[in-house]
Amino acid sequence: MADTNAKPVEAWITGIGLATSLAEGLDEHWDALQQRRVNVDTTTFAPYVVHPLAPLSFDKQIPKKGDQRQMEAWQRIGTYAAGLALDSAGLKGNTDILKRMDMIVAAGGGERDLSVDAAVLNAPPEALNERLMNDLRPTLFLAQLSNLLAGNIAIVHGVTGSSRTFMGEEEAGVDALRIALARIAGGTSDIALVGAAQNGERKDLLMLYEFGDFNLKDDYAPVFARGPKGGFALGSGSAFLVIESKAHAEARGAKPLARLTSVVADMSRRRSAGDVTASLEKLWTKLGPLHDGSAIITGATGAEPVTAEEAAFLRAHADHPVRATATAFGHVMEAQFPLGVALAALSLSRRALFAANDPSGLEIETTKAPDQIVVIGAGHWRGEGMALVEAVA
Amino acid sequence: MSVTRDKMGRPIVVVTGMGVVTSLGAGKTDNWTKLTAGESGIRTITRFPIDGLKTTMAGTVDFVPVEPFSSTVLGEKLADLATEEAIAQAGIGAKGDFPGPLFLAVAPVELEWLPRQELARATGANTAIDYDALLRVSGGGQFTQYHRRFLFGSVADHLAETFGTKGSPISLSTACASGASAIQLGVEAIRRGESDAALCVATDGSVNAEALIRFSLLSALSTQNDAPQTASKPFAKNRDGFVMAEGAGALVLESFEAATARGAKILGVIAGCGELADNFHRTRSSPDGKPIIGCINKTLDDAGISVEQIDYINAHGTGTPENDKMEYLGISSVFGERAAKVPVSSNKSMVGHTLSAAGAVEAIFSLLTLEHQRIPPTINYEIADPSIPLDVVPNTARDAKVTTVMSNSFGFGGQNASLILTREPV
Repeated sequence: MADTNAKPVEAWITGIGLATSLAEGLDEHWDALQQRRVNVDTTTFAPYVVHPLAPLSFDKQIPKKGDQRQMEAWQRIGTYAAGLALDSAGLKGNTDILKRMDMIVAAGGGERDLSVDAAVLNAPPEALNERLMNDLRPTLFLAQLSNLLAGNIAIVHGVTGSSRTFMGEEEAGVDALRIALARIAGGTSDIALVGAAQNGERKDLLMLYEFGDFNLKDDYAPVFARGPKGGFALGSGSAFLVIESKAHAEARGAKPLARLTSVVADMSRRRSAGDVTASLEKLWTKLGPLHDGSAIITGATGAEPVTAEEAAFLRAHADHPVRATATAFGHVMEAQFPLGVALAALSLSRRALFAANDPSGLEIETTKAPDQIVVIGAGHWRGEGMALVEAVA
Repeated sequence: MSVTRDKMGRPIVVVTGMGVVTSLGAGKTDNWTKLTAGESGIRTITRFPIDGLKTTMAGTVDFVPVEPFSSTVLGEKLADLATEEAIAQAGIGAKGDFPGPLFLAVAPVELEWLPRQELARATGANTAIDYDALLRVSGGGQFTQYHRRFLFGSVADHLAETFGTKGSPISLSTACASGASAIQLGVEAIRRGESDAALCVATDGSVNAEALIRFSLLSALSTQNDAPQTASKPFAKNRDGFVMAEGAGALVLESFEAATARGAKILGVIAGCGELADNFHRTRSSPDGKPIIGCINKTLDDAGISVEQIDYINAHGTGTPENDKMEYLGISSVFGERAAKVPVSSNKSMVGHTLSAAGAVEAIFSLLTLEHQRIPPTINYEIADPSIPLDVVPNTARDAKVTTVMSNSFGFGGQNASLILTREPV
């Protein structure tokens, strides 16, 4: 192994953008979490339970209607939250910085035109070409391409230093943060915009997860109280973060919300019971020095058996207060881990952990101000990730 | 002790294994022979009905059977083939135990029409089939395999398990620059000292009716269907679009130090990588060419070399009116008077545009150019475009002294990435 010569560069989180089923903006999210609010819809997509997007005025972050028309919902939500993150970091319109800002987006994509698909399926199979030629909108293709969330953020907000899109469900969000941090820590990037978005109010997406019987059905329950079968409720929402080197932040007078100390990831094969618990234990040892009182924010999805395996890990670390994001936000897939890191940074900046909201007893109230929060992102099917987010003294 | 770090003090990153599959064939030998003979892999599509389509040809890989056809399955199989060849050549690790991470460039995954139609049949209805009807039959275990298959991470998951790569595999898309981005991520991981080796794979098996129609609706594809082998005409005046194609490329990257220590044969050096995003338009380049110029300059800076040292450019050269014009603007702006003298050729004239795989496939062809000291041609170049006065190595391969190659990749969504490859460490 080659040696690294230099001490890693310290990375700060200096901007957060959140647009979810609960709210938009940081104060609004904090209030909603403290009030244990949950925005859940059990009827529109019945029997499936989803967390619908809170009302947003897209014009505020995407001023051109023409831009909005070029995007499907997941791209609009993400472009909106990316704009909030840039606002939060005090960078909106700062062309000098935006044009050298690196961007890593964790993306799904493939948002279908449901009526076109239905029209094709109701026509004879031999009419496929004709129907698609006549019915597909050219702009839809661009709205389906995974890298076009990043492309739209570049167009709307002017982030153009670099543009990388990672795919692969939950772990794409972990790896996006892992690579962004590695580049800043290694001195090859000064500042990065990292995040993801999901439109969870999509029947084509529900269908993909219904193949594997992953969707929560009929009744909503908090994430650790969904019984042996479990299930996740797709959530709409987006989380973006501005991460920059301490020196870069200080030079422009930006205040840190928190420090992103480490991001680690692995992919266990999940062949035997306990594989995920073991993988999480291994990642826990790689985060760096942890205090006894560090808090944990987990994106546990509700899907089984992975959620039970993660609960076993959490019980083994019961001295650390836990909060699970899926109870309030549902499962935002690629955005799961960026959301967890965003809420960790928000909590650290407010010197408090938001209210517990869990009848199973895994989440316990605490009045202690956290100075370290570990974020966990285990995929519903593959991949495990963890981050250590710390208060900047 | 030999020098193992570059001018910037970073570990030198070398290539010790390569594998490639295109419409020309499987493997480096077959591909190189046909590429330097100026053969085309483009043919009329037989995989699905072509009636009513504006474009009816593509560079399909028909010799890898997938029944029933699935683009995701084909992409996975092509990646397997290329990776097997690359790892065998590198002789690294043990079978199923590759000592480093995986970076995979892959087309965005979506449920395809055959399974969607299978679901429609399962509803038992002939009319009024909608997503509610599909959803009612989706669960219960009958279609579990489609969850596994159509996750975005599914191809990487398969490769990671098959070849035993380490850590969390990264699937990425930077559209038609994806292959170059996968290599860039591997280079960065080795330069940071995170690993001594990385497996960089790029694959695309996207020729299905819907994907073809989507590109067709954007007017991006050539419609010169009557003579498929001559349809792809990069840099020629009568070019009218790109030709979709399939393929895969795989590269084993290692630190020079680790490769030398285990006595591996060095196939070439990834001397520099660069990227820059363009926010002018979703599918078009900024008319001033600045993002492409900036991308090329960043790549030269990263490699620490000057334009005088580049003696061949492996162009993105898609054959769309827009791309080739903008690529010329970028090259001529950076290279100045030298732009007319440096050979610039496009492999896409023969293999078509392998989309997510193109950056890696063309990096491999660039390394083969260095190895054989022979430049593959741009075929179908019968009518020169006076607004693009480049030496495109027209129609016939050329022996040349080549020490340093630049390979360009550009994609929808403002993606620009370039690589600089050399025979020896610089």
